[in-house]
Amino acid sequence: MITKELVVIGGGPAGLAAAIEAKKQGIKDVILVERDVRLGGILPQCIHNGFGLHVFKEELTGPEYADRFVKELEEMGIEVMLDTMVIELTQDKQIIAVNRDKGLMHIQAKAVILTMGCRERTRGAINIPGFRPSGIFTAGTAQRFVNIEGYMPGKEIVILGSGDIGLIMARRFTLEGAKVKCVAEIMPYSNGLTRNVVQCLEDYDIPLLLSHTVVDIHGKDRVEGVTIAEVDKNFQPIHSTEKYISCDTLLLSVGLIPENELSKMADIKIDNITSGPVVNQRMETSIPGIFACGNVVHVHDLVDFVTMESQLAGRGAVDYLKDKIPSKKHITVSPGPGIGYVVPQLIDAEKILDGKQNFFMRSKKPMEKARLFIESDKGQIRTRILQHIKPSEMINIELKKEELVNKDIKSLRFFLQEEGATDEK
Amino acid sequence: MEDVVIIGGGITGCSIARELSRYDIKITLVEKEEDVACGTSKGNSAVVHAGFDASPGTWKAKLNVAGNKLYPALCEELDVPFVLNGSLVVAVSEEEERVLEELLEKGRLNGVNNLRIIGKDELQAMEPNLSSKARAALDAPTGGLVCPYEFTIALAENANQNGVKFWLNAMVTDIEKLEDSGFLVKTSRGSLRAKYVINAAGLFADELSKIAGAEEYTITPRKGEYLVFDKQFSGLVKKTIFPTPSKISKGILVCPTVDGNIFIGPNSNNIQDKLDTSVKAPGIKEIIEGGKKLVPNLPFKNVITSFAGLRAVSNTNDFIIEASKQVKGFVNVGGIQSPGLTSAPAIAQMVKGILQDEGLILKEKPTFNPHRPMKKRFRELNNEEREQLIKQNPAYGHIICRCETVTEAEIIDAIRRPVGARSIDAVKRRTRAGMGRCQGGFCSPRVLEILARELGADKLDITKKGPGSNLLLGRIKEFLQVEGGDNNDN
Repeated sequence: MITKELVVIGGGPAGLAAAIEAKKQGIKDVILVERDVRLGGILPQCIHNGFGLHVFKEELTGPEYADRFVKELEEMGIEVMLDTMVIELTQDKQIIAVNRDKGLMHIQAKAVILTMGCRERTRGAINIPGFRPSGIFTAGTAQRFVNIEGYMPGKEIVILGSGDIGLIMARRFTLEGAKVKCVAEIMPYSNGLTRNVVQCLEDYDIPLLLSHTVVDIHGKDRVEGVTIAEVDKNFQPIHSTEKYISCDTLLLSVGLIPENELSKMADIKIDNITSGPVVNQRMETSIPGIFACGNVVHVHDLVDFVTMESQLAGRGAVDYLKDKIPSKKHITVSPGPGIGYVVPQLIDAEKILDGKQNFFMRSKKPMEKARLFIESDKGQIRTRILQHIKPSEMINIELKKEELVNKDIKSLRFFLQEEGATDEK
Repeated sequence: MEDVVIIGGGITGCSIARELSRYDIKITLVEKEEDVACGTSKGNSAVVHAGFDASPGTWKAKLNVAGNKLYPALCEELDVPFVLNGSLVVAVSEEEERVLEELLEKGRLNGVNNLRIIGKDELQAMEPNLSSKARAALDAPTGGLVCPYEFTIALAENANQNGVKFWLNAMVTDIEKLEDSGFLVKTSRGSLRAKYVINAAGLFADELSKIAGAEEYTITPRKGEYLVFDKQFSGLVKKTIFPTPSKISKGILVCPTVDGNIFIGPNSNNIQDKLDTSVKAPGIKEIIEGGKKLVPNLPFKNVITSFAGLRAVSNTNDFIIEASKQVKGFVNVGGIQSPGLTSAPAIAQMVKGILQDEGLILKEKPTFNPHRPMKKRFRELNNEEREQLIKQNPAYGHIICRCETVTEAEIIDAIRRPVGARSIDAVKRRTRAGMGRCQGGFCSPRVLEILARELGADKLDITKKGPGSNLLLGRIKEFLQVEGGDNNDN
């Protein structure tokens, strides 16, 4: 049995930032466990730029962004186990991990930070009819083939879903001489960042077909084409609009799902909306001493926010290790009309760090202009006008500690009201 | 000269191959696909039926009951998981309750043991997630579960180990009756001479019988579509839940698998194209409705995949298992639709008898080994066993498929075993790598790499499921040169 003060599970941007922060704050005995052969998670395959504007105030590529943290981690002498898979996690923070060299390891941790990230939704999850030939890839898998392994999984491509990885891959494939015929999106708006729609589709004249979906996949061995159709308000395909598009590849960019198999194994409470653990002001899950941050909690739009959230988790773990008294009084945070989810879901106002608390949330639909209401059971706290709201772009709201503390607040709710629209409160 | 050539590497052909491999004869099995279990054998309900459904006196009825009894011992020998979970046929109306009585009677006539009808209370206690409308059920404790492709592969491995040769990617193009005796079987990989030919060609058995000049019959593909749910819902039902049957089908079931997933399906529609295993939107709708009728709270947000299989339905509506009267030495084993999986072990014994009647002399081989090479499944071991295994072979410490916890050692083994895997899907069927909730998103590039390394092949040549299904189409920059892009000097 190995004993460790802090075990970080996952070496992507969340795990890197959390481990570094915990070490900085004085925890000596930190180990980071990563299942891949390298650190950085998905970043090494994200060779485009646009990372780091918030954290470093400059524009970096994915590998560069990861590299800054990997270097810092190495300089600090944080122990790392690569190519190592955690296969069990218990409520008592016992971890079982395996790798080639050390075999099966039992690790007893005093605190754990979960940073397993997310996985891509697949064809099965969205039930696309048709044959099951080769040539159907999730966008991230295709990105790995192209950017890490140097192979082209397709030449004539249709992309279903306008998630950011799909948009980035539309441009990547085009630059590699492949033909991206269109991006079909079932929603009436794009699911990616505006900058990606502009820089990856519009700049290359790739059509974005909103309110469209793939209704059939053709080809018995390799994809030969897909049938796409427009959908009605209930997302049901309209048969008269069906159109055949020949292609050899269908790329799916239809959403990401936090990967919480280990969390579930440890009976950590999961939020049904985010599919990630319910966390408090310091990113602590329902089990004291087990923390979670990054895409395992909720899918982020920018890695910068993952980093910021994970630094908080690192500090949370340090606090826990220094003073194990769990929070007693919690404010329950919930999404109201117009808001999809809010993280964190619980707040112990007295333990808010640095006198301020960040809330990440997403709107349910795009709105040109809306008023965000922040309301507690004791009354309205604040409102704020927001512009160009899209579900694909997170809303980040900071409340001051004094707005929440010593007021006997039990619940907090965020909701949006479209400006000019009727009262939907 | 082969004594026996078996055409078709499905559950029927592989069962026959394994049964005949006990004897001192030369056998080759030819299969048009790149692996065994690529047709109906991989797309069905995976149920070992009790045998109350088929009409008494038919081959289906006799061979179902006989096959069912052979399963537990056979799976033990071959190290294939077999679960005796029991089946329930659920009635939701008074009229359906009467059908249960008919089934009970049929079952008794067919020789099915321990059948009984149970009332609502016992039923709800047994399966609490059943619809509240369920009022009675036929309880068939001898119904079981097996993984049909794993079982077929195990039979093939064991047959191969005992001397049966496998020609894969070998499509039969002609069967010539030779003047002296025997046949010349022409395939896309070359020709074989054989004294006896067994036609176990599934959906194409009618065409092969015709090519050989034997009796004519027709095989109609009858499609069944399925949806599979995430493993986290295992236990939603424990038994195989059938509705009361219709005239042509046992209906849409809600059923566990030996691997812990729950699935619903199949529907039942005759089609034209024997290769059309596509899933269609109306079909998905139909099985969702059918599944909900039995278990209302199915987790539709957690569907991991859908698939379709084609039943090989003969014009007699029964199995056609007989030596040809027109072409001596040619044996038809056609129309093996449900309960074909259950019947397969009994069909193999019956075919052995037919060959003997036709004059083939079978002498037992002292070297016959009924056990296939041991198969280690990392996910099924306890931690002490895992620890030992990694010490012996470090590749067990390298997990490739994280959803199903499949290690590199298991993937290498799947490739190196008898009748080994040559494609991503073949690895998947042998190890379950890629069968979990991420459906290969994470592990398929890694499995591809291991396949290329083990086979000494270029990654570009690795396929999903045989020729024409390559995953990768070129190296980066390659298309730019072809298209006259940046790298083109002209």
